[in-house]
Amino acid sequence: MGDGMKMSRRGLLARMFAGACSLALAGCDRLSDTTWFPKVLGLGEKATYRAHRLILPRRAMAQEFTEADLSPRFRSNGTAMPGNPAYMRMASNGFADYRLEVDGLVERPMNFSLDEIRALPGRTQITRHDCVEGWSAIGKWKGARLSALLEAAHLKPDARYVVFHCADHAEKVGSSPYYESIDLDDAFHPQTILAYELNGKPLPVANGAPLRLRLERQLGYKMAKYVMRIEIVKDFSGIAGGKGGYWEDRGYEWYAGI
Amino acid sequence: MTGSKRGASGGKPYYRHSLPVRAMHWVNVLLLSILLMSGLNIFNAHPALYWGEESYGGAPPFLDIQARETADGKVFGVTRIFGHEFDTTGFLGTSREPNGELVARGFPSWLTIPGIRWLAMARRWHFFVAWLLVVNGVCFLAYSIAGGHLRRDLLPTGRDWRSVGATIVDHLRFRFPKGEASYNMLQKLAYLSVILLLAPLAVLMGLGMSPALDALPPGWVDIFGGRQSVRTIHFAVAWALMLFTFIHVFMVVVSGFWNNIRSMITGYYRVKSEADHG
Repeated sequence: MGDGMKMSRRGLLARMFAGACSLALAGCDRLSDTTWFPKVLGLGEKATYRAHRLILPRRAMAQEFTEADLSPRFRSNGTAMPGNPAYMRMASNGFADYRLEVDGLVERPMNFSLDEIRALPGRTQITRHDCVEGWSAIGKWKGARLSALLEAAHLKPDARYVVFHCADHAEKVGSSPYYESIDLDDAFHPQTILAYELNGKPLPVANGAPLRLRLERQLGYKMAKYVMRIEIVKDFSGIAGGKGGYWEDRGYEWYAGI
Repeated sequence: MTGSKRGASGGKPYYRHSLPVRAMHWVNVLLLSILLMSGLNIFNAHPALYWGEESYGGAPPFLDIQARETADGKVFGVTRIFGHEFDTTGFLGTSREPNGELVARGFPSWLTIPGIRWLAMARRWHFFVAWLLVVNGVCFLAYSIAGGHLRRDLLPTGRDWRSVGATIVDHLRFRFPKGEASYNMLQKLAYLSVILLLAPLAVLMGLGMSPALDALPPGWVDIFGGRQSVRTIHFAVAWALMLFTFIHVFMVVVSGFWNNIRSMITGYYRVKSEADHG
């Protein structure tokens, strides 16, 4: 009898424990669905951003690799072919009609053809691309330094962020277009380039032709592909969902250094 | 249970765990659970592990969890380890929704926070809780060093080293010391390996996955084999911590469950006299 009681007490405890666990999990899920709790969790991102900006020298360079380290094929993620008709017309013409607009808080709004961008001070770098999902790939990128463009357009004193407007709709045509934003520390970093070549060849459409951002100290989703327009702003709360990027508007962190 | 009341025969209360240690222990239980489960949700975004710098160097992942479909449209879960495939339907690769439907998913929903596949939210939980855990861990270390907990209770003494063989034999025979107030040698080694090795390694490997911190100095992750190796080690260390937790809870249960639990809640552990050893 004593044994039976012990068993039932043990069974009851186990059931209580399992019940408490599933209640706790349901509680976590319910908290995730509120508007306030994810904001509390978002303090983690703010702490990370502050900590990184505090300890990382502004010019600290991302690791660079050699030709021997290149991934045999650089994975394309997200959009592989923008369905946007204007983009498709440009692509079919080898991007001869492409113009990169630079506007917003600049003294001289400008636009650049691909040849003009290729003529800007550039950089070639073999770097590792880390996706938020967890995978990494190594590619060789050649592009114009973003700092060269920004210096040409001359930022106004209240400029704080660089916003990249893209030709693609990450999920389907009709959804909001892809965009991203970075701060000026990152914008003027020597490895921050607008890449027009991947592995020694013109940037393929699947990887963001004609121009994609390389921002080597952050995750892949920050590196906007199919960049059409660069807008300099004081704050990005008025753009699309207001969180500073396509994925940011869908809950991802604006600072993707981790 | 004999001696379960204070002052009853055969047990004298011994103040084993100070309030800060008890508080930090339970904070740790809660936060580490969330950290593991949100980590598994993040893993589910790309349920594969690699060794080296990158994921697409030609070699397949040495561990991955997939969902596959038979010709007639039935999904099943496959876990591949070093080329060996295991059918893990119902647990890894595919698992059941609350409504009973079998869906493709790395780790099952009851092991992840949030329960649904939601990378953005899982990352929020993970990084927020990681900060809190680091604060908790630093407080614990500071308290343990300054307050003498580390030296007094955790560092092995000369007697511990001399008795290590006997302690192992006793554990293997499931004879656990109940008459001693202090930790035994195996306990000390287990706790120290978590505090000084596994927990710091988990944090370091977490930081190693950050493309920003990899720049400080550039390439330091190569010491551990590269960024994908770092991710793999992070995953392995998380499970090593879970293995510790399973053994820890098992030992708590078999070496006097109520006494152990009470001592971690009220602080008081009842030391049995020799006569009580049955």
